[in-house]
Amino acid sequence: MIVEIGHFALVLALAAALAQTVVPFWGARVGDLGMMDVGRNAALIQLALIAIAFAALVNAHLTSDFSVLNVAENSNVAMPAIYKISGVWGNHEGSMLLWVFILAIFGALVALFGRALPRKLRADALAVQGLISVAFLAFILLTSNPFERLSPAPFEGRDLNPILQDPGLAIHPPLLYLGYVGFSIVYSFAAAALIEGRIDAAWARFVRPFTLVAWSFLTLGIAAGSFWAYYTLGWGGFWFWDPVENASLMPWLAGTAFVHSVAVMEKRDALKIWTIFLAILAFSFSLLGTFLVRSGVLTSVHAFANDPRRGVFILAILAMFICGSFALFAWRAPMLKQGGLFAPVSREGALVVNNLLLTTACATVLFGTLYPLALEQLTGEKITVGAPFFNLTCGALLLTACFAAPFGFSLAWKRGDLLGVVQRLAFAIIVGAVTAVVAVAWLSGGPIFAPLAMGLGVFVIIGTVIEVVMRSWRPGLTAGVALKRTFGLPLSFFGAALAHLGLGVTLLGLSGLGFGAETIATLHKGVPAIVGPYAVTLDSVGERVGPNYKESIASVTVRSGDTVVAQIEPARRQFAAREMSTTQAGLKTLHFGQIYVSIADPAADGSVPARLYWKPLVTLIWLGGAAMALGGGLSLADRRLRFGVATRAKAGASALAQPAQ
Amino acid sequence: MIMRWLGLLPLVLRSPRRGRLEGRSRAGARWTALRDAPPAAPLLRTRSWRLTIALLGALLASLAAPALAVQPDEVMKDPALETRARTLSGELRCLVCQNESIDDSEAPLARDIRILIRERIGKGESNDAVRAYLVSRYGDFILLKPPFKLETWLLWLSPALTLGLGVAAALYARRRAPRATPRLSAEEEAQLAALTNGDASSG
Repeated sequence: MIVEIGHFALVLALAAALAQTVVPFWGARVGDLGMMDVGRNAALIQLALIAIAFAALVNAHLTSDFSVLNVAENSNVAMPAIYKISGVWGNHEGSMLLWVFILAIFGALVALFGRALPRKLRADALAVQGLISVAFLAFILLTSNPFERLSPAPFEGRDLNPILQDPGLAIHPPLLYLGYVGFSIVYSFAAAALIEGRIDAAWARFVRPFTLVAWSFLTLGIAAGSFWAYYTLGWGGFWFWDPVENASLMPWLAGTAFVHSVAVMEKRDALKIWTIFLAILAFSFSLLGTFLVRSGVLTSVHAFANDPRRGVFILAILAMFICGSFALFAWRAPMLKQGGLFAPVSREGALVVNNLLLTTACATVLFGTLYPLALEQLTGEKITVGAPFFNLTCGALLLTACFAAPFGFSLAWKRGDLLGVVQRLAFAIIVGAVTAVVAVAWLSGGPIFAPLAMGLGVFVIIGTVIEVVMRSWRPGLTAGVALKRTFGLPLSFFGAALAHLGLGVTLLGLSGLGFGAETIATLHKGVPAIVGPYAVTLDSVGERVGPNYKESIASVTVRSGDTVVAQIEPARRQFAAREMSTTQAGLKTLHFGQIYVSIADPAADGSVPARLYWKPLVTLIWLGGAAMALGGGLSLADRRLRFGVATRAKAGASALAQPAQ
Repeated sequence: MIMRWLGLLPLVLRSPRRGRLEGRSRAGARWTALRDAPPAAPLLRTRSWRLTIALLGALLASLAAPALAVQPDEVMKDPALETRARTLSGELRCLVCQNESIDDSEAPLARDIRILIRERIGKGESNDAVRAYLVSRYGDFILLKPPFKLETWLLWLSPALTLGLGVAAALYARRRAPRATPRLSAEEEAQLAALTNGDASSG
């Protein structure tokens, strides 16, 4: 019964979304305020209905109701409760439901906190948001219904894919979706602005909080996914240029460009058309990512035959929103008034360079991902575009963008003094260059990437710190005054500084790749295997039984010289329900590096084939990502940029004024 | 051995979800698994699928389950040659996996190619010769980094073309925008002069 309520709520949500699309849009055209406000209520009702549907599905998974097809195929009685819940979105239907759930949350946020917005803009934005909901709700109901029943119900479910039975599944997809879907708001606002034919700094101010939320979550989501891959896939890689990863990287690159250009628009009223273009682009890539992932077109060109309705449906949605918005853009953008002039050498100019490099990197990822598909369709020739291609092309573009970052951060708005900036950054440039040279000498030959990334990382970190100090301190100022001035700086400045620091930290983490060590060996009891500066010795091999798996565990001791630095237990898990096994790497963090041990199934004589890694600085990759996201959060907390501050201030002012009258 | 695998290759390549079937953790499998939720059950309805799965199952069972990519017994005695082999295997695609190098893959076919590379390097062949041999056998598909040729020049030049397009658009936008500070007309100059003169005399 609860399941049917969930299904019914989803149908009602579709109706609410339809109302949210049609009524406010029509109201905005005829100038009917009542009709415009319908959008607000419809968005809230839609959220409530989708929340009911989502709760119903979570309930079905938690209670292991195997009469529901989705539960029977992706759950199991023996699974721990956390995986029963995260299993809700560990499958196609459930993850689409999560997608629309988050979409509705964002719509409701606009409805609730959008009182400061111009009525018409809000109505139009909610209408576009509603249209996205309509498309995806229809997709779920028509092709991917998570509430489909199964009769007769089996006694036991088929279990969740063991690779997904990991805390990572509870964290990674929701964060990623918050990012992906968060850009829908930006898209809706861009479309609304184009429909109205007016866009200004106020628009940028409304959109900025949503942008920062989406971007920060997307950053966290990608970092979390990368860390998950790192410890589950058994060989310590953290980024594979896998098409599905690329699908999440493209919105991130476009979104990062957008975060920068919307700052220009907000502060200087410049780059309007470009900003709108990026807003459309960021969400278009989110949609494209959803299409590539959900249709399975990337797994195989035959995926359409596999379930043609799904692929074609999403392709239609994709075409409608991307083509529709770009058509609107082509028609309306020339009418937008340009404002905010700036010299080529200025912060605006630097941000244009940043935008060009990021969008080019984004386009390269797009080309690299789709080119093999297109080539095979056109000529029948199969080629592979893999990591070496992306490392070379995107690597060069993104490293250049990193190099430009401290310059842009230090340049003044409107008209900058490049020579002055170079002088200010001289210390950072010198230290960075020396670091790179020392690293080259240390590695004596190796690939150039590691020293380059290390030098750049040092340059970005020091350069950012210099800028923060220069903002608050001049020669002659006492420490007290400097400190006071530091606290006087806006939070959004610190947010940007932290994000740039995070970038530098991630670069340092990446550079650690060049300094690591790897050993492939069969471990015998008591015989140490050397990896980098450490010796790894196998102590014992044992078995353990988990809730729905058996695991073989190898206990190993890591020594540096004669001192024991760690005891770790890498394992292999066998899952009976799907006859699959997974690798649980043994990890020990030492400073910022990690010792990483992954094993194969132990042999009969008690020896264990293993891969041992020493990965210096590796944790910095994700810590840097977290710092970037935190920077976005700090920026969001800036009082001036909070949503609806203007109205509250006005209300407060009038309340104060009244007694005087 | 290799021929046995090759015979099966078309079959494996035809299966839309080949990446997951072998049921081992692999690069991208997490994402793959996230994406293709419906498990094999509905797929089993089709005959070719049953065949593929049965064959793959049999193949897997026939081998001692490999659970690591590069196995200790594959490693060459000479570290210099092993480094060369590792470099080469990092550039080659595992033909039955999704976007994964044979260096990282656990698939039996990848293992066979790794061993083949080491045999040939051990016999004194250069990396280029081994690569050329594999390309002649499997086509460019096996190279993770596509060669620059007629079919791929657009791919390789796409970053430069995009950047060029972007720069051109930026320059065009700049040219179209009004001059930053239009020069003062003679009349305005005179007014300014009058004002500043007045200022000077009063001051």
